[in-house]
Amino acid sequence: MEHIRTTKVEQVKLLDRFSTSNKALTGTLYLTATHLLFIDSHQKETWILHHHIASVEKLALTTSGCPLVIQCKNFRIVHFIVPRERDCHDIYNSLLQLSKQAKYEDLYAFSYNPKQNDSERLRGWQLIDLAEEYKRMGVPNSNWQLSDANREYKICETYPRELYVPRIASKPIIVGSSKFRSKGRFPVLSYYHREKEAAVCRCSQPLSGFSARCLEDEHLLQAISKANPVNRYMYVMDTRPKHRMQSWWATQKDIGRIIVRISSKIWNDEKIRESHEQKRLNAMANRAAGKGYENEDNYSNIRFQFVGIENIHVMRSSLQKLLEVNGTKGLSVNDFYSGLESSGWLRHIKAVMDAAIFLTKAIMIENASVLVHCSDGWDRTSQVCSLGSLLLDSFYRTIRGFMVLIEKDWISFGHKFSERCGHLDSDPKEVSPVFTQFLECVWHLTEQFPQAFEFNEAFLLQIHEHIYSCQFGNFLGNCQKEREELKLKEKTYSLWPFLLDDQKKYLNPLYSPKSQAVAVLEPNTVSFNFKFWRNMYHQFDRTLHPRQSVFSIIMNMNEQNKQLENDIKDLESKIKQHKNKQTDGVLTKELLHSVRPESPTLKTSLCFKEQTLLPVNDALRTIEGSNPADNRYSEYAEEFSKSEPAVVSLEYGVARMTC
Amino acid sequence: MEFSELIRTGRAQAELLRGPGAPPLRGTLCVTGHHLLLSPGPQATSDLWLLLLRSVDSIEKRVAGDSGTITLRCKDLRVLQLDIEGVEATLDIARSIEALSSLESVITSFPFFYRPKGLRLGDAWHFHPPEHHYKRVARETNAWRLSEVNEDFSVCPSYPRAVIVPRAVDDDALARSARFRQGGRFPVLSYHHAPSGTVLLRSSQPLTGPQKRRCAEDEELLRAVLAGARPGARGFIVDTRSAQAAKQARMTGGGTEAKAAYPGWKRLHRPMERGRPLQESFVRLVEACGDLEQSMDRWLSRLEGCRWLAHVKEALSTACLAAQGMEREGACILVHGAEGTDSTLLVTSLAQLILDPLSRTMTGFQELVEREWIQAGHPFQLRCAHSAFSHARPKHEAPTFLLFLDCVWQLGRQFPLSLEFGEGLLLALFEHAYASPFGTFLCNSEKERCLCEVRTRTHSLWSGLNQPKEQRKLRNPLYVLNPLAIWPSVEPQSLRLWQGLFLRWTRPPEPSEAAWEKVWQIVTDKEKTEGSQPTVSASEPQP
Repeated sequence: MEHIRTTKVEQVKLLDRFSTSNKALTGTLYLTATHLLFIDSHQKETWILHHHIASVEKLALTTSGCPLVIQCKNFRIVHFIVPRERDCHDIYNSLLQLSKQAKYEDLYAFSYNPKQNDSERLRGWQLIDLAEEYKRMGVPNSNWQLSDANREYKICETYPRELYVPRIASKPIIVGSSKFRSKGRFPVLSYYHREKEAAVCRCSQPLSGFSARCLEDEHLLQAISKANPVNRYMYVMDTRPKHRMQSWWATQKDIGRIIVRISSKIWNDEKIRESHEQKRLNAMANRAAGKGYENEDNYSNIRFQFVGIENIHVMRSSLQKLLEVNGTKGLSVNDFYSGLESSGWLRHIKAVMDAAIFLTKAIMIENASVLVHCSDGWDRTSQVCSLGSLLLDSFYRTIRGFMVLIEKDWISFGHKFSERCGHLDSDPKEVSPVFTQFLECVWHLTEQFPQAFEFNEAFLLQIHEHIYSCQFGNFLGNCQKEREELKLKEKTYSLWPFLLDDQKKYLNPLYSPKSQAVAVLEPNTVSFNFKFWRNMYHQFDRTLHPRQSVFSIIMNMNEQNKQLENDIKDLESKIKQHKNKQTDGVLTKELLHSVRPESPTLKTSLCFKEQTLLPVNDALRTIEGSNPADNRYSEYAEEFSKSEPAVVSLEYGVARMTC
Repeated sequence: MEFSELIRTGRAQAELLRGPGAPPLRGTLCVTGHHLLLSPGPQATSDLWLLLLRSVDSIEKRVAGDSGTITLRCKDLRVLQLDIEGVEATLDIARSIEALSSLESVITSFPFFYRPKGLRLGDAWHFHPPEHHYKRVARETNAWRLSEVNEDFSVCPSYPRAVIVPRAVDDDALARSARFRQGGRFPVLSYHHAPSGTVLLRSSQPLTGPQKRRCAEDEELLRAVLAGARPGARGFIVDTRSAQAAKQARMTGGGTEAKAAYPGWKRLHRPMERGRPLQESFVRLVEACGDLEQSMDRWLSRLEGCRWLAHVKEALSTACLAAQGMEREGACILVHGAEGTDSTLLVTSLAQLILDPLSRTMTGFQELVEREWIQAGHPFQLRCAHSAFSHARPKHEAPTFLLFLDCVWQLGRQFPLSLEFGEGLLLALFEHAYASPFGTFLCNSEKERCLCEVRTRTHSLWSGLNQPKEQRKLRNPLYVLNPLAIWPSVEPQSLRLWQGLFLRWTRPPEPSEAAWEKVWQIVTDKEKTEGSQPTVSASEPQP
C-alpha cells in the first residue's frame, strides 16, 4: 500500500482505442491494492488487475489532460485522460510499482481469499492427480515403470519428483544420461499410447563434447526403443529450425553441445581423431543442415527429424509486431494482411501444429516411439508433446482432460511460467508467449473440429487470463521444486476447481464425444486454415466482434431440451406411480405443481439481447447493443457536416485527362 | 436440333475425378445439347452424374498415349478432371464442350427446356412485382406513387415497367429527367425507411457534360423528394466514384449534380472498385485459393494482393454510410455511380439489409434480390458470362453480385441470429447467377426478358428454391427476428475470407457440415420437446 499515493481521481476520460474521433467515457478512477478500477457515468465498471499490466505509458500533456496508456498482458489496452498532471503522475508511479513485484509473496495469489477452508483448498489442489493420469494411460506396465531417481530433485531440479522411464533403464543409466543432458533433463515418458504401445518422450539437448560419448544416454535411448514391442524404430524430433542450428554451430567456439546427436556413436571416432577442429565444425554444420547423415545405417533404430519452431525471442518479437499492426487506428485491409504476414505469427503457429502432426503420424501410422526435445526442453518440447497428446487422445479434449494435460506437460515438466509470463520484475528477455501459442493451436483445432472438444473458446481465454493474473497458485514459479518451496498448496488456491464449478460457461454445445471420426484428429495445415484469432488478441475491443453469439443460444437450447426431457420423464414416472397407487388415475394437485410454472421459452428471450462471448464477471466485456457509433464508419458521419472539398481547377482536370 | 452439329462424339468411356473427398466415378461419358452426363455401369451403385455445360468456365485438354485428360473449371469454382479413353474421343468431346458451353443465344439456353417435376411453369414469376413493393410504401407514406411511364421500356430500357416516384412529379417530367440521366435511369425509390421517414433513391449519373448542363425536371424531382420526406429535410448524394473520377466523367458527357442546382442536397464521394479491376481481384483470389502447397507468407501476401477483402470493406462501409445518413441524420439518400447498375445497387441493397428487418427474412431477401438486382437492371448476362477461370479477356464481366453476396455473408457472420437464410442460399444464388437451369438470372434487363418471354417459357428460381425439400439447406436454424438495424464492424480484423465459397471445393467440408447438422438437430429437438409439453399436460385428467 505504500506505493499508492492517490486512490481516487475524478473526471477521468476513457478513450475508445479504435475511434478516430475523440469519443470518450467520463468517470472515476480508483486505485486499490490489487486492481485499477474505472467506473463510468453509466456505473459500468472496468477492473484491471495490476498483475495484468504489461506497460504503463504517460504521453505528452494535451489540452484536455494528461494521457495514460496501459497495455495489459491479456491484450487489453486502455487509454485514460487524467485532468491533472499531478494525479496522472501519481497513478503512473503507483502502477509502475504495483505491476512489477520483486517477490512471489507479494503476488495476488498470496492474498486472494475466495472464502474456502483449508480442507476445501486441499481438495482443490488434489483435483488433478497426475499419478492417476499415468495409470489411465496404462503405466506402469511391463515396459514402463515409475522411477524414484528424482524423488528429492537430486538429478533434475526442473523435473517433477515422479518420472516414468523404461523398466530396463537402471538408476545409474538415468543418472549418467542426466549428466549428458542440458539442465539434467534426461529422456522421460510424457505420453503413452496404450493401443500402439508407443511412447512420447521428452528431454533437453545433449551436452556432449565431440570426443565424449555417453553410454548411459545411448542405453536409455535403446531402452526407450525397446520398450516399444511393435516397432524398434524411434524418432528423435529436434523442434528447432535447421538454419538456426547451422548459424549456431558457426558461432559456437566451445563445441560443448551437440544438437541432434543421441550419442557420440553417430560419429565415426576414427575420422574425428584424424580430422582437424575446423573440419569437424564444418562437418557438424553440415550434419545440422541435414547433410552427411551417413551413419543412419549404423543406427537403424533412430531417425532424426527437424521441425522448424523458432526460439522464444523470435516468438516474442513476432507477437509484438502483430500487436503493433493491430493497434493501428484506421487500419486498412491491406496493411492488416501485410502486417499479419510480416509478423510471421501464423507461420509460427503452423510450425507448432505441423510438429504435433508429425508426432501423431509417427505413432499412429508407423507405430514408432518419439523423443522430442529443443534446447532446454521446456518450451517447444512442451508445445509439441502436449499438442501431440491432444491430437492422439480424446480425453485431453475434455474440460478435465485439458487441465490434466496442462498440469502434466506444462506445469509439472517445468515450463517456466513465471519467467515466460513475467510474473515478477525479472529479465524481459525471458518473457515469451509460448503457452499462448499452444492455446492458439488448440483454438485452431476447435475451429477445424467443432465437435471434437468438450470446451469452448471461452475456456481457453479464461485459462489465458489466469496464467497472467497470479490470482491462483497453479502457474506461479518455474518448476515443481520452486512451487513446493513457496508452499503454494498451503498459501494459495488452485484454479481448476473454480473453472470446474463454472463449467457450464465453458461447454461446447456441439460436442459429440462418441463420434469415431474424431478419435485421432488429423488437422489440415494448408495455409488458409490458419486465421487471425480475433477473440484472443482483441478480446476487449468489443466493437470488433460479432454482436450475437451462436454458442450461447445453442447452449441455452440444449439446456432447455434437457430440462424439458427431464420434466417429461419426471411427469411420466409420476403418472405411472399414481396409476399404480390409484387405479382410477386421478392425479393430485401436487402433480400439477410439479410442472414448471414458467415456460422455459420465456426464460431465454434472446432475440435482441446481445450476447457476450466471454463468460466473465466484469461488465465491460459485455458486448453492447449494436450501435453505428461503435464503428469506424461512423466517422464518415463527420462528412455529413463537412463542407464540400474545394473544386479542383478545370486545367488540372484537363491536364490529367490528356496525359 | 441445331446442337447436334456441335456434338462431334456422342459418347466415350471415362473416369471422373471430383477432387478431395469424392470418390472417382467410372462410366460412359455423354455430351448432350446442354449437359455432360456420366452414366456408371449397370452394376454401379451411384447415380447418373450430370453437369450443366453452361457452368463450364474453362476447358483444358491433354492427350498422352491412347487416352486423354480434360480439366473442366466450372463457374462455381469447382475443378473436375475427366480421363477419357481414346485420343480422338477426347479431342472431340473437348471441342463439343467448348462450343456448347459458350453459346450466346438466350432462347436456346437450358432454362427454356428445363421442365422439372413438381413445378408449374409460370409459378413464382409474380412473387415480387413492383406493385407489391409499392403497396408496402403506400402503407407508410403518401408522398410516392407508382408510375408506369416506362410501360413500353422506352423511357429507360433497363428499368422495369413500373417504378416508384414522388407523387408530385408527373410522367412527362420523369421522361425529361430520364433524358438527363445516363441510360435513362432517373432517380427512383429504392427503399422507404419508415422509422425515420426518409428514403433511399438510386439513379445513374446526370449528363451534365463539359458545359455543365442542367435539367429543371431532374432538379424538381429531387426537390420533391425532400419536400415529401418532411419540411427542412436534407439529402445526400452518395457518388460511388472519387471526386476526381466524377469530374473527369464530364468530358465524356457524364458528371455530377452541381451543388447550386440542387439546394438541400450535398454530395459525398465514396470511391468503389468496379468493372475489370474487380474481376481481376476475383480471379487472383481464386487463383490463390487453388494453391494448396503455398507457404503461410505467400498465402497472406496473395490474400492482401488480390484486394478482395478491401472491396468488401469498401462496399460495406459505403452501405453503412448511406444507412447511417437515413437512420441517424434523418436524411434522404440518392446513390449513383456512372451507369447506376453495379456499385449503386450494391450500396442500396446492402443499406436495406442493414436497416430493414423484413429484408433479412427468407422472402424479404429474395424480394430484395429480385427488386434491387434483377428488376433494377443489373446486367447479369454480361457480368456473369465468365467466372474466375476463363482465359478470355474480360469484356463486361465483373463479380459485383458476388461481392454483394460476400458482404451479406459477412453481415450474417457478425449477426448470426438476425438473418433468416443461411450460407446455403447465398451459395445457391452465386451458382445460379453464373449458370442455372432456371430463368431468373437470364438477360440483362426486364426489357430483354420480355422479348425472350422468359417469364412464360422458363421456371423461376424462386419456385425452385422455395420447395420444402430445399429449406433445410437454405435456412438459418437460429434465426430470431431482430427489429433493430444491424451495424457491422468494417475493421479488417472483423472481416473474414468467405471460406464456404472460395475454398468450398478444396477443403473437406465434413466437420463443419456435421456441426451444422448438430445445430439443426438441437433446434428441432427444441421444437419437439416444446411441442410435447402440452401433450403431457393434456394427458392430465381434470380433478
